[in-house]
Amino acid sequence: MEIDERDGDDLDSVTALGDPVRRALYRFVVAQGRDVGREEAAAATGIGRTLAAFHLDKLVEAGLLEAGFRRLTDRTGPGSGRPAKVYRRAPGERTVSLPPRDYRTMALILAEVVERLGGEEQAEAAARRAGERMAADAPPETDLPAVLSAVLARRGYEPYEEDGRIRLRNCPFHVLSEDRPLLVCSMNLALCQGLLSALDAEETAMLDPRPGECCVVFT
Amino acid sequence: MHLAQLNVAHLIAPLDTPQLADFVAALEPINAIADAAPGFVWRLKGGDQPTDTVRHDYGDHLLVNFSVWESREALWNFVYRSPHLPVLRRRREWFQRVAEPYTVMWWVPEGHTPSLEEGMDRLDLLRSQGPTPEAFTFHDFHEPATPDVA
Repeated sequence: MEIDERDGDDLDSVTALGDPVRRALYRFVVAQGRDVGREEAAAATGIGRTLAAFHLDKLVEAGLLEAGFRRLTDRTGPGSGRPAKVYRRAPGERTVSLPPRDYRTMALILAEVVERLGGEEQAEAAARRAGERMAADAPPETDLPAVLSAVLARRGYEPYEEDGRIRLRNCPFHVLSEDRPLLVCSMNLALCQGLLSALDAEETAMLDPRPGECCVVFT
Repeated sequence: MHLAQLNVAHLIAPLDTPQLADFVAALEPINAIADAAPGFVWRLKGGDQPTDTVRHDYGDHLLVNFSVWESREALWNFVYRSPHLPVLRRRREWFQRVAEPYTVMWWVPEGHTPSLEEGMDRLDLLRSQGPTPEAFTFHDFHEPATPDVA
């Protein structure tokens, strides 16, 4: 079986997560949605600072995190110390599929066809039905906001709470949403609305876009 | 170089009709967001009132949006990653569906304020030649011909 160079790079990146400590560090940094220092990452994962630094740098080498330097205190000038090394999620995607699969190319083509046919409304209706089916994944709990967050998390949206609303740190359809934002973000909204209605949730889903995140919020 | 964008839309009814009321109500907040957006440079205004739309000689019911931005990213983030997106989603309620391109972009030297005539020429160019470095779209984007010497 052949694995081409690009897949090989992605495979190396993913392999770096084989270590459970490293995986915990990656999960923690990604979930913060901001720069994270070594001290903080070490404390959160219950390991020493030196070991955390080692694994964080391995994750940078693997292309999964990127590193920068930032002052973690407000103090500046002499005596404020050196800027600390901080980590955040690296841009770009890592995909490993065995055997090789390429759903992205086909999805991009289909999205173009929908726009050319003016089929946006039907696409949204289909997305809504897909969202309703997603409710079948719901864990058997009664606390609806928790159920909603669990389903969204399982789908890769990375939900988090902000000002009493659920926001989504990650857009699972990122490449498509960059290519055909109006179509794809509208379909994603319809999908989330379908999920809500099938869960009988009181929340409503709306678009409140900002750069770098999924544009759907739940209130 | 800065990025100019012209967008023309065919209204389904005059601006003072109930069908367009929600659109007119969105003009002031959305224009305010554009004016304050990172990388915003300029937009053609129809008058001193925030709801004034651009007056022109290119036909009745033709709504014109014309602006200049520092980069593709700046314009993209305003169009698709700001409260402009939910308004854009409702375009079918207010504007006719048109088969030909209705939005065009091109690079302008920094400090140059393009005229509406220039913009309409670029739109014609896009419609007749397809996307080129002189007239293009988000989807078929072209970087500036010469490197930006800051």
